[in-house]
Amino acid sequence: MLEMLVLEASAKTPSITFNGENGKLELRGRSIPENSIEFYKPLNDWVDHYGSSPSPTTVVEVKLEYFNTSSSKCILDLFKKLEKINGSGTEVKVNWYYEEDDEDMMEAGEDYQAIIKLPFTMIEVEEI
Amino acid sequence: MSLQKVYSLYKTMDEENVILSFKGIVTADLLTSILQIMESRMESSNESPRVRKKVFNVLVECLQNLYHHADDYPDGRTALVMIAKEGNAFMVRTGNYIDNERAEDLKERLKIINTMDKEGLKEYYQNSLESSVVSSKGTAGLGMIDIARKSGNKLDFEFLNIDNERSFFCLNVKID
Repeated sequence: MLEMLVLEASAKTPSITFNGENGKLELRGRSIPENSIEFYKPLNDWVDHYGSSPSPTTVVEVKLEYFNTSSSKCILDLFKKLEKINGSGTEVKVNWYYEEDDEDMMEAGEDYQAIIKLPFTMIEVEEI
Repeated sequence: MSLQKVYSLYKTMDEENVILSFKGIVTADLLTSILQIMESRMESSNESPRVRKKVFNVLVECLQNLYHHADDYPDGRTALVMIAKEGNAFMVRTGNYIDNERAEDLKERLKIINTMDKEGLKEYYQNSLESSVVSSKGTAGLGMIDIARKSGNKLDFEFLNIDNERSFFCLNVKID
């Protein structure tokens, strides 16, 4: 069984925790690194690994305050990987959080919803 | 520089309500510092969270554009960044050298972006997100579309021809 992937947050990168036991992945904070590929590589590699023996349910909690366009592509790659494993040993769900009045972050969630075939739930909160 | 010039530079920046201005090489550290300064400035102002986030987002993309393309010019890689207030609106202004070939491509892309409304930009962004390939620098070619979306206004730009090789690209992004 897989354990935990934990990446601490920095001024330009979010905290990431992925619990392989219960299938809960959380991205929290801001994602504005100059080069996001380097940052997201451990997560995307870990998801590949997770896909071989996933938890029956996988819940992705996206609680991002800001993300840049470099990160947006890496987040898409993450969703694509999850889309691939969805239905083969795990049911994947995405919870997309945005702060009230943050239309941009809500629309960012809708952008992924339009591209990715995973169930998205849009959740408005007072503060992320 | 004569002392008179210092004063006239000060007067110009004062009249333009410049909040922050920088001319030089845009490094990763500088980028972090500018973002921190702007974030704390805006936190202590009365701006709505909506505008604050938009300014921050646009600034991130503009600065990262300058950062990623700075090494295209070993001799003239300095850029200008200015954040100003114009009435109730925030203006993010940038200026940097660009080679003429890239200037033509960028000009065409900016023209296309400026023909689009909110829905058009959304669709264009989604298509570009899906088909884009991230370069080794980490750029995905989505920056200008994102800036236009977040700004909600037409992008104001100009390419000043400098010589046979390069132009100076000026961009004004209005956030209100």
